[in-house]
Amino acid sequence: MSSKKELIISKIRDGVVIDHIPAGRALVVLRLLGISGREGFRVALVMNVESRKLGTKDIVKIEGRELTKDELNLVALVAPTATVNIIRDYDVISKFKVVVPEVIEGLIKCKNPRCITNQQREPIRSRFRVVSRDPLKIVCEYCGTIHELNDIEKSLGVS
Amino acid sequence: MGLLGWFNHDVITVLDFNREDFEVLFSEAVNMEKYAKSRLDILNDKVLALAFFEPSTRTRLSFETAMLRLGGRVIGFSGTEATSMAKGENLADTIRMLDSYANAIVIRHSLEGAAKFAAEIAESPVINAGDGSQNHPTQAMLDLYTIWREFNIIDGLSIGILGDLKYARVVNSLVQALSYYKVKLHLISPELLKPRRELLEFMNSRGMVYDWTDDPHNVIGDLDVLYVVRIQRERFPDPIEYERVKGAYRVDLKLLSRAKPNLVILHPLPRVDEVDFTVDNTHYAKYFRQAGLGVPLRMALLKLILKGGD
Ligand SMILES: [Zn+2]
Repeated sequence: MSSKKELIISKIRDGVVIDHIPAGRALVVLRLLGISGREGFRVALVMNVESRKLGTKDIVKIEGRELTKDELNLVALVAPTATVNIIRDYDVISKFKVVVPEVIEGLIKCKNPRCITNQQREPIRSRFRVVSRDPLKIVCEYCGTIHELNDIEKSLGVS
Repeated sequence: MGLLGWFNHDVITVLDFNREDFEVLFSEAVNMEKYAKSRLDILNDKVLALAFFEPSTRTRLSFETAMLRLGGRVIGFSGTEATSMAKGENLADTIRMLDSYANAIVIRHSLEGAAKFAAEIAESPVINAGDGSQNHPTQAMLDLYTIWREFNIIDGLSIGILGDLKYARVVNSLVQALSYYKVKLHLISPELLKPRRELLEFMNSRGMVYDWTDDPHNVIGDLDVLYVVRIQRERFPDPIEYERVKGAYRVDLKLLSRAKPNLVILHPLPRVDEVDFTVDNTHYAKYFRQAGLGVPLRMALLKLILKGGD
């Protein structure tokens, strides 16, 4: 890490660093992980910094909150280039590229208004199966409607 | 799937089954044709719940008749009763109630995915009798069965599907069911009612042979089966456009003058005027036989699900 970056945010002790987020998407990544900022733990955002790979990128650091690999993989829906660093006692103990999970539950709203998952009165969560990762294509398990990246972004309030 | 067979199995889409399963069902249905007007007391201890949140006289009565002919009993509701129920209770609670009373539940619902959701809640097997514009698996099984009874084979046939290919739920299920066979599909519809992207991608993924035309005259001479579905007025923003389209897609003697001699015309019924009444008297018209086979086919289905094969 360059000294220039360290001027922006200090290193974290225990937590996760999500790097290589496409520029401008850091807030969406936080929303996707269910982090509003009111939970009390420390969160740092860096937006629109230079990146060798991406031109510009965002970085998110979250301290003191455990996130499972499944949770973190959801980040791939809006930030397919993201890499995750798990930090323990200032050391990177594991590092991986996020991958869209096989099944996505509850997070995305089906765009078909006649789908049973859009019924407020029913105890049901949306469920999508990934049929293609590049380009991203997921299918509602209940009504079969195909959703692409722009549908997912709309559902998550991005764009 | 094939290994599990039919016993205690939900019927949500035709894709829950495979070609061998259909063969088991069809041979059972041939046997049931003998009892479709009498009685076979094999489900005396069983109760079937019919949950018709949306009215459908034909499908409901054929399930009810099938259950009664097998010696079983039927409970349930349909139409207005269902709407008053819907005001007070959600689908999940209604299904839980029926699940505690009955050995199997037949559901018809206007929302897509309702049958799958019901099956996740109920312990008893759930049979989808139509949900939204997605699936109507038992109709598709009946359609296939009728074709098989007419030709003794399904592989190799040229099958035209004419009408509303976008919203008619029978089309989706029929095409899915035909994906297990080597058929040539001619899809015939107005531009506005072309199949949805989901169905086109399905056919591509299964390597199905198909084409599309907006004029039935282009393909009528090649067809062994012509399957007709209704085109509904509500689909058209412009009533003049609807009138024009309705005329162009009516199956009449003029269109049939170029048909193969052994062409079979099917229709899930009820029809309005998309098949001209003069066609009823020709040897092409098999839609009444198709409707009649609905009872033995559903007898076979209920027997396999509630009692298993022999
Ligand atoms: Zn859906």
